Amino acid sequence: MFWNSKIECMKTEDLRKLQYRELKSLVNNLYSFNRFYHDRMKDQNVHPDDITCLSDISKLPFMYKQDLRDNYPTNMFTASNSEVVRYHVSSGTTGKPTLVGYTRNDLDYWTEALARSLTSIGIGSEDTMQISYGYGLFTGGLGLHYGAEKVGATVLPSGTGGTERQIELIKDLGVTAIACTPSYLVHIGDVAKKMGVDIRRDTKLRKAVLGAEPWSDNMRKHIEESMGVRAYDIYGTSEMAGPMFTECEERNGIHMAGDIVYCEIIDPDSGETLEEGQKGELVVTMLKKEAMPMIRYRIKDITSLSNKECACGRTSPRISRISGRSDDMLIIRGINVFPSQIEYTLLRIPELAGHYMIYVTREGALDRLLIQVEIKEEAFSDKIEDMNRLRARVEAELKRYLNIAAEVELKAPGELPRFESKSKRVIDKRVI
Amino acid sequence: MADSIIEQLSIFVNNEPGRLAYVASVLKECGINMHAFNLAESTDFGILRAIVDDPEESYRKLKDKGIIVKKTEVIAVSIEDTPGALFAAADAFGKAGINIEYGYAYSGKKASLFYMRVNDPRKAVEILKNNGIRLVTSGEIRWET
Repeated sequence: MFWNSKIECMKTEDLRKLQYRELKSLVNNLYSFNRFYHDRMKDQNVHPDDITCLSDISKLPFMYKQDLRDNYPTNMFTASNSEVVRYHVSSGTTGKPTLVGYTRNDLDYWTEALARSLTSIGIGSEDTMQISYGYGLFTGGLGLHYGAEKVGATVLPSGTGGTERQIELIKDLGVTAIACTPSYLVHIGDVAKKMGVDIRRDTKLRKAVLGAEPWSDNMRKHIEESMGVRAYDIYGTSEMAGPMFTECEERNGIHMAGDIVYCEIIDPDSGETLEEGQKGELVVTMLKKEAMPMIRYRIKDITSLSNKECACGRTSPRISRISGRSDDMLIIRGINVFPSQIEYTLLRIPELAGHYMIYVTREGALDRLLIQVEIKEEAFSDKIEDMNRLRARVEAELKRYLNIAAEVELKAPGELPRFESKSKRVIDKRVI
Repeated sequence: MADSIIEQLSIFVNNEPGRLAYVASVLKECGINMHAFNLAESTDFGILRAIVDDPEESYRKLKDKGIIVKKTEVIAVSIEDTPGALFAAADAFGKAGINIEYGYAYSGKKASLFYMRVNDPRKAVEILKNNGIRLVTSGEIRWET
């Protein structure tokens, strides 16, 4: 089943021509109308006229997450306020968040991408789809919501949390498909079992669109065998729009719709473009983006690319399952967290010394974040109540800045190991 | 008056196996004799509160050993082995608006000693004296315990 077979099954050479045309007009536009990208191109000594074929894209400068932060809130926008129809926000490294904006057209191709993706795995008007991603500033909830509505599914916007109630609704409403993080689906399975609900026997749930955190084929196997739910990988980041692209029924890579995004794989150290099939850092150019440019954006996810036509008939390039990060970002319960954000938050609390350790574990299905932090000597009180209050305050600050529940342990000065680098302070014991 | 205020040492103890033993070994090494102690614990750490012979000297020795230690002013009342003895002290505090933040009892030679951390130790001493409740001074502790 195709949502838009004309584009999805377009001949590869025609797709390349389309991509070139889109790229050319995008670069022309940005050079003329976007101050940020104009300056970036000037710095790199590249002019729109230098782009004469698709592979010339490698002449264009990279963009980084730091660019979004430096230009917070809207300095990078090409669209005016009257054209921007939505914002989404993720937490930033130094207290400043990362903002993304959307024009009407941006929302339209985002929804179109999801309509194609959901159709490719057989989700349509007969389905009832529960969206158990966070709604609000996070892109997951609203993104999937619009996509599922577009294909005519009956949408249940349940958001995150209240797992027992979610299971009741899956049962009562005959929910057939769910979108959430893989670990949350495993958690739903665990809670259902405790409630005496057998997902396979007592519900109609058969398909799951899972993403926003790393997962593996082992986890897929576990989900399918224990719940009888067929699990599909979904990919996308807020800089692209949000979750956008999924595997098809073949489940042999994620289809990155070529008319929407141009993908490259580069060597993260040299920045050189790698050959098809080689593993490296994914770099995306959003060909239709209006509100803010996203050209050669370094997502920092590690994957490989295949341009071969898929057995399903789609010609769009596919990326393999994300196998890691080329930076130190952690994904905890679907939320992106940089160790530097944790450090920044801790250093703002005057009672704490600068030494900390970050432990990430998985208990049952859910990630657990434990932060050990040394207190300053003068912050030590003989009253347990004072110390508990300090601990609660650290937890509240982490929640406020990172939007994630972390457990905090207070340690005496000198108790924690000393390191030069942040990455050694992070111990990720999760088996994914 | 000042003599009725007793210096307690409060020591931060990480909640890991062997940590209390380590702190105790340092106390031993420094020749610190405890007359009373109490251990308050939270999930991640504990606080050892101790009444020692020479708080100033002990404080300095522990600090030199890298132990996180703090001096805290507490008061001690002698609780006779009769009904209502604790009530007399607690009732006097309550009426005077003195808040007992924590306390711990330790049996002495003649009677039990009740050590209290209160929000205003000087005022507490005055109230107890006015109510005829006997305070144990720092000088007396070694004879009482």
